Amino acid sequence: MSELLANIGFLQEGPFSVPRWEALFSNFGVLVDGALVTLLVASLGLALALALGTAIGVMSTSQWRVPRAFARGYVEFFQNTPLLIQVFMIYNALPIIYPRLFIPVIAIGIMGVGMYHGAYIAEVVRAGIQSIGRGQLEAAVSQGFSYVGAMRYIIIPQAMRVVLPPLTNQAVNLIKNTSVLAIIAGGDLMYAGDSFAGRFGHYGPTYIMVGLIYFLMCFPLAMLARRLEERTRAA
Amino acid sequence: MEAIMNNPVMEMLSDPVLYIGLGYGLLLTLQIAGLSIVLSFAFGTILGSMRYSGLPVIKHVAAGYIEVVRNLPTLLLILTSYFVLGLPAMWAATIGLTIYTSAIIAEIIRGGLNSVPTGQWEAARSQGFSFLQSMRHIVLPPSVVKMIPPIVSQFVTVIKDSSFAMAIGAYELMFKGTILAAKYWKPEQIITIYIVISLIYFAVNFLISTVARRLQTKLSVGRGTIGA
Repeated sequence: MSELLANIGFLQEGPFSVPRWEALFSNFGVLVDGALVTLLVASLGLALALALGTAIGVMSTSQWRVPRAFARGYVEFFQNTPLLIQVFMIYNALPIIYPRLFIPVIAIGIMGVGMYHGAYIAEVVRAGIQSIGRGQLEAAVSQGFSYVGAMRYIIIPQAMRVVLPPLTNQAVNLIKNTSVLAIIAGGDLMYAGDSFAGRFGHYGPTYIMVGLIYFLMCFPLAMLARRLEERTRAA
Repeated sequence: MEAIMNNPVMEMLSDPVLYIGLGYGLLLTLQIAGLSIVLSFAFGTILGSMRYSGLPVIKHVAAGYIEVVRNLPTLLLILTSYFVLGLPAMWAATIGLTIYTSAIIAEIIRGGLNSVPTGQWEAARSQGFSFLQSMRHIVLPPSVVKMIPPIVSQFVTVIKDSSFAMAIGAYELMFKGTILAAKYWKPEQIITIYIVISLIYFAVNFLISTVARRLQTKLSVGRGTIGA
């Protein structure tokens, strides 16, 4: 059997040869550590994106001009420029503003994806709020609710149903986009894979495993988004 | 006046090397993004139609491709095209972006076609329209109007994500800027370079989004889109 395998060329040499796979699996901890960093950045980044996105989404439906203009500007800027530049700007600008503060690269990643996807989530939230008729807000206010109170108790709970499917899709995109951290040596899954692969040239097996791990993180969420979409359409 | 001109930022901004460098970077960015957009529109349309067709094997091949690819980071696909497929940097970026974007375009096209109720198909066929005629005159007009906004925002994403090509050393806008930031290394100069690059990306993307919005308004006014 082993003689047979030894005669199959691509198993012995080439980008996907058996020794490369063995090297990868004996150092698999590297990828696991990277995946944990990715999960950390993604979950904290998502929390930041949700907070920013909700605040800016509510601002963009405000009756006052100033918050509306601010929200518009924020969304247009972050949606029309690359995430990579935003990350580089934070990386270079923060040490100027706070020279004595040490900021770990992971925190820059969290801020980067949080602010970038915050802009997309703001648009989702705005669409959700606008899907609820103007009359509902007026009715709530006429019953003595404040603007914030009406949002909190009347509008947002209803808008959640419209908002959840695209929000889940944004979570998927956010996880994938944490990979830009690799470019600034952020220690995430993409970086761990890339630097391991680069050291010995085991690109083939490493990228396949890295891809598989990203897929395992994203696919369940993507399925959930589709399930939610079908439920909303049926309702 | 002299004090203003001696400022490191002004000194940098009056250096033609900056604009020549960024100009070449923008050209490569537009080349990578433009090619990826054309290629992924073509492949995306084929994939989307394959999945929409409902033909047993063809449908599953398309669905498998789409579901795997859209759950992978674009950067991984670009790195794979470069290091595993061994393509030159510019082509690796183009192909990596195309592999990903085709899957997204395919889903947008399928979603647009699905938004037309089957009753409209049946009505068209019962009136003697052929498959192609029903597609051309009944199904496509309202669904194309629906597809335009998400497709265009995906194109904007392609232009933004072409900046990932700096990871494989393609001299596109983002990488050119980072190289210039090594020459103009003072913090305020670096920040200014990134602001200038952001403005260039912003101008290109904002132009595309505005044209698309016009196009969509024009198309949806001209057509009877009852029920669409």
